[in-house]
Amino acid sequence: MKMLINVAETVVADALRGMAAAHPDLTVDVENRVIVRRDAPVAGKVALVSGGGSGHEPLHGGFVGPGMLSAACPGEVFTSPVPDQMLRAAAAVDSGAGVLFIVKNYTGDVLNFDMAAELAEDEGVQIAKVLVNDDVAVTDSLYTAGRRGTGATLFVEKIAGAAAEEGRPLEQVEAIGRQVNENSRTFGVALSACTTPAKGSPTFDLPPGELELGIGIHGEPGRERRAMMTSGEIADFTVHALLEDMPPRNPVLLLVNGMGATPLLELYGFGAEVHRVLADRGVAVARTLVGNYVTSLDMAGVSVTLCQIDEELLRLWDAPVRTPGLRWGM
Amino acid sequence: MLDADFFRRWMAATAMSVDREADRLTALDSPIGDADHGINMKRGFAAVRTTLEKETPDTPGGVLTLAGKQLISTVGGASGPLYGTLLRRAGKALGDAGEVSEAQLADALHAGLDGVMTLGGAKPGDKTMVDALVPAVEALSAGFAAARTAAEEGAEATTPMLARKGRASYLGERSIGHQDPGATSSALLVAALTEAAEAADE
Repeated sequence: MKMLINVAETVVADALRGMAAAHPDLTVDVENRVIVRRDAPVAGKVALVSGGGSGHEPLHGGFVGPGMLSAACPGEVFTSPVPDQMLRAAAAVDSGAGVLFIVKNYTGDVLNFDMAAELAEDEGVQIAKVLVNDDVAVTDSLYTAGRRGTGATLFVEKIAGAAAEEGRPLEQVEAIGRQVNENSRTFGVALSACTTPAKGSPTFDLPPGELELGIGIHGEPGRERRAMMTSGEIADFTVHALLEDMPPRNPVLLLVNGMGATPLLELYGFGAEVHRVLADRGVAVARTLVGNYVTSLDMAGVSVTLCQIDEELLRLWDAPVRTPGLRWGM
Repeated sequence: MLDADFFRRWMAATAMSVDREADRLTALDSPIGDADHGINMKRGFAAVRTTLEKETPDTPGGVLTLAGKQLISTVGGASGPLYGTLLRRAGKALGDAGEVSEAQLADALHAGLDGVMTLGGAKPGDKTMVDALVPAVEALSAGFAAARTAAEEGAEATTPMLARKGRASYLGERSIGHQDPGATSSALLVAALTEAAEAADE
């Protein structure tokens, strides 16, 4: 597999150097792997820190900036960051108003963020945590590590980020983040596996005529494999799975998220199919975002995230944001 | 009795075998995980070896505590905190003694294993590192070789299990038929005890 890299060992550091060069609004500590908005700490503002394995770009580093994250901690590819990174990030962004950790529900991420929270609290930083677990493909949560955090992470980071920017206190920002997560559901499908730089070959074997339903964002296979379907059939299956888990009550935010290697042409076509199915089911779509936001390296495929919103959440979604990966209103 | 040198040799032997077996660990992690266990463990234990060469703790407890901290700061993922906790708790249990008996080591690893099970929430049979470590710690009273055999058999016994913890659990039934990479690396850690002991006899 050809890759645009030097050597596998330096892919994360190389990308961070590139982030630093491209985005002067960010302070990028390449050695310690922390990306911080340049004006941090912002007086009186609750800070948001997220992080996770690399390979999901623009998540999380691409969402650092006014209106979204205060700092992000990238780990190795598909490997959660270590507590030292979150501790350093928290120290850099805390204004005294406290720090919200936004953590995707994977065993490694949870353990490392929890360890960091304990250490940060020892140093007098007030920490709250929102755990994102929106992936409906994981069933039997009692007998697994629980639902994975995937596309809804973008909604949580954007909306909680807007709340923090307004000067809301930590417990309110945390509550809004939880509200967004609880009202979000995601389902993903893969048309191809992805290739990690370290391994150099696909993480699982997916034959040409098949697709994988219920994938996560770490190149881990899903729960079921079927013969390839059309975009319309995949939209039917996906929306059905989402609405079965979360019956529609309110208008939704819709994220049609590419996994990394699927062209926007296909994503928009698929987005049209998702809109068709949602309209058939009587679900109003308040806003739609189409693009590659929570990716899985070079995996081909798509995930759909729905977030049921009220007027307040919609207002926070529409609030200005200025990050490398998401920008409007400023 | 086992001194700090023995524990340093144990960590160095683990680093060597993790380095040697990294590709196999990653291959085991591909069908049921995310294909990075080998490279993460290799990075972690290489850092442990470097740290132990730089700072030279003079007690068995000091060696294990430092090794555990280094793993937490270097590995990431679930393996970092879990292996880090195993060694750090074991190190704390050994206290400041300059030499410890094999029975004390067994007790300390028991304390470390308790820490792992509390942190990760895994029980025997969940297809995790616990499945290699529980039988190994139980067999330690019969010597390092017995512990090694027990760990290796425990790791192999994870193949037919249904994963209930960690990333493999997302696969449900499809996790069956694959040996757990964490149990496999745990068996390497236990096996390295015999290598550390053999080196002392030479």
